[in-house]
Amino acid sequence: MGNIRVLIVDDSSVMRKIVERSLRQANLAISQVYEAANGEEALGVLTREKVDLILCDINMPVMDGLEFVKHLPAVENAKGTPVVMITTEGSESHVVQALSAGARGYIRKPFTPDLVSTQISSVLEGKQ
Amino acid sequence: MITGQENQVPAEAHKAWASILELSAREVFSLMLAAELTSSSEPAIENGLNITSMVGLAGSVCGLLSLRCSTSSASLIASKMLGEDLSCVEDTKLDAVGEVCNMVAGNFKDKIAGMGDGCKLSVPTVIVGEDYSLRALTNDYSIDVKLLFDRFPLIFSIRLNQ
Repeated sequence: MGNIRVLIVDDSSVMRKIVERSLRQANLAISQVYEAANGEEALGVLTREKVDLILCDINMPVMDGLEFVKHLPAVENAKGTPVVMITTEGSESHVVQALSAGARGYIRKPFTPDLVSTQISSVLEGKQ
Repeated sequence: MITGQENQVPAEAHKAWASILELSAREVFSLMLAAELTSSSEPAIENGLNITSMVGLAGSVCGLLSLRCSTSSASLIASKMLGEDLSCVEDTKLDAVGEVCNMVAGNFKDKIAGMGDGCKLSVPTVIVGEDYSLRALTNDYSIDVKLLFDRFPLIFSIRLNQ
């Protein structure tokens, strides 16, 4: 898949940069990266932009990742867009909650770039 | 300075949980910073550890996990995380220390049997300065793990209420 537009949602600017760097190290054809610090900001981005992939933290102020994912079916620009959660919450119940809410993948922090690459490639292949 | 009751975890549990806390910290630094933490035979010098990051635990176990470090080590943490020199960017340093503390807390709770599902984490809070007193309401048990990052001391602490 070429020219991938990605939205990274995390309240930590450091983590947003690390996720972006991991995507680029994975040799994915990233054409555009949008950033948001919480679910509410991310919904704002999606009113203006269409993306191919959303990477989202769970624990965030204002609107957390699980709440954000629940809003996505009503957002025209996000219909069919896969969401991968990237979070410190690695318990089984959190994974189940995220997948039930509509996430397609789950990456637990701390992570390696290889893990990000494998997960993202798998999710994007599933989208095609 | 984090103060509170001096109660300690029973010896066996203390040893086990201290090891898990140390392992959690080592894994985060290895995976996210490509850096190895080392043990120090010398007592950690606490003067100059003017950055404190804290993450709350709530649920089956309540408590507070904290990381204390110096400004220099915070700069190095941010630089290693992002692979670039960030010695002058204050917000980025604090964000990086907060995120490291967050990942150590998540890693720690996932390694304790039964704690992962029944325990939630708060978003991290970072305090700058040494002249403060913090009294957590969860001081039943306390564990401190002192490690070296490069040449800089780091103190990981957990206060738990069971």
